[in-house]
Amino acid sequence: MAVLLIAEHNNKELRPFTLNAATAASQIDSDVHAVIIGQNSADAAKQLSELPVVKKVLSVEGAHYENFTAENFAPVIVKLAENYSHIVCSANTFGKNLMPRIAAHLDTSQVSDIIKVISPDTFLRPIYAGNAFATIKSNDAKKCVTIRPTSFDPCESTGGSALIEKVDASEEFSNTKFIKREEIKSDRPELGTARIVVSGGRGMQSGDNFKLITEIADKLGAAIGASRAAVDAGYISNDHQVGQTGKVVVPDLYIAVGISGAIQHLAGMKESKVIVAINKDGEAPIFSVADYGLEADLFEALPQFMEELNKLNTIQK
Amino acid sequence: MKILVAVKRVIDYNVQIRVKEDGTGVVTDNVKMSTNPPDDNAIEEAVKIKEAGKATEVVAVTVGEEKAQETVRKALAVGADRGIHVKVDGILEPLAVSKILQKIVDKEKPDLVFMGKQAIDDDCNQTGQMLSALLNWPQATFASKIDVKDNKLEVTREIDEGLETIEINVPAIVTCDLRLNEPRYASLPNIMKAKKKPIEEIAASDLDVDVSPRLEQLKVEEPPKRKAGIKVANVAELVQKLKNEAKVI
Repeated sequence: MAVLLIAEHNNKELRPFTLNAATAASQIDSDVHAVIIGQNSADAAKQLSELPVVKKVLSVEGAHYENFTAENFAPVIVKLAENYSHIVCSANTFGKNLMPRIAAHLDTSQVSDIIKVISPDTFLRPIYAGNAFATIKSNDAKKCVTIRPTSFDPCESTGGSALIEKVDASEEFSNTKFIKREEIKSDRPELGTARIVVSGGRGMQSGDNFKLITEIADKLGAAIGASRAAVDAGYISNDHQVGQTGKVVVPDLYIAVGISGAIQHLAGMKESKVIVAINKDGEAPIFSVADYGLEADLFEALPQFMEELNKLNTIQK
Repeated sequence: MKILVAVKRVIDYNVQIRVKEDGTGVVTDNVKMSTNPPDDNAIEEAVKIKEAGKATEVVAVTVGEEKAQETVRKALAVGADRGIHVKVDGILEPLAVSKILQKIVDKEKPDLVFMGKQAIDDDCNQTGQMLSALLNWPQATFASKIDVKDNKLEVTREIDEGLETIEINVPAIVTCDLRLNEPRYASLPNIMKAKKKPIEEIAASDLDVDVSPRLEQLKVEEPPKRKAGIKVANVAELVQKLKNEAKVI
């Protein structure tokens, strides 16, 4: 039986991690179908049909799907599930909110946040904030799997031409009402997919001081991250948080500034290819994962860093 | 309004866990255990709602072995009125836990069920959503703000893109994020008082729930170690290394 991928989108276009989830789905079985549920989401459905790994697209539209409420999405997918061996989507807040609701309806024990497909029924996943890896075999007839997007490469986004089939909407769940979404718009790359991330921690001491980070991020074309401590202290909004309960990032370069390196922060960034730590406490745990550690006062180091960057003839973007 | 809060006993968040040499799990013997951190936020919020006169009773429930009762006792010490301990040996999957909680909900008939958004041991992030599916109740996951209105909650949720606000009708499930509130510490007099509060013990086997595992944990291993890095003397050296050695800028 085929694998059913749940597409994440904003009604206009696919969200980027759908491509990573599609890769994971295709590693489970080459026969991948994708379902897209939304309102006026035809453009996103077309985009989905162009992913070469997707063999068929199921499109469901309805006004009650406009805001991606799990209570409305789950019944649609549960109904479709009888034709599929696996249901797959990203383990970001969209998938985390939705998939367990589907799994419970299907009486299936979900496998969350996998980082590797070992076989169609066996997966590798981090536990204890990534301090251990567990190999899990699912014995359920139908498997519900969420995938850690940064552990899978995005699939090709063009060249496919899957058939788009309309599927009937399910009834509206009337006890949950969407009110508003406050998205933080930014010209910078998205934190989850950026090639470089510059993050600040409690050591930044104030929200204002984050401009030292912003300046460098702009110069490098980087996304801005933060530790939980910095978010809790109100220096920066929650969508910047990197860690076990925030976002997991795997950039080519991660620069941690004034971050001590609590276990829960390391869980979100320690798979980065190159890690730089700037901290005045030489004993800070962040240095144990850093490729390049600089023991220095960040208020001196960051302006110098900017100066050095300005001296370079070229900077990779 | 009556609030049921589910709490879980896990390895303390400050402990550096160790993987067992035989690959069967992580070492839990002689390791400090605590309440799962966001479950503390769930209890705190329920107690605050009661203190504001918007709830009449807060009941703390845990599902687990003998010692899991400590987490219920702690909830009682910070303001829960009574406790329920569903006793079970071994580790249950979130699906099994949510089926047990469904039975407790059937019995207790709470208006709201709160719990942490995720347990920091298995990092599954499933139980609240599964319980909400089994009950066909609305769910507000990753809550960072809760406003109680008449038979409704307005909940702000932390999502990847920022914040989302939804309104859910009671009865409902809320899973709590760490920024929802600042959990209080238990005072000594309250710890003493908590010892007199009742905890009902229920054997999971009496609840007529299928808790048999569906997943097999084949192996637990250490993640690959990062090779040790170097300390650089100054910013100029750092930038030079990033440019010419790591070639990332």
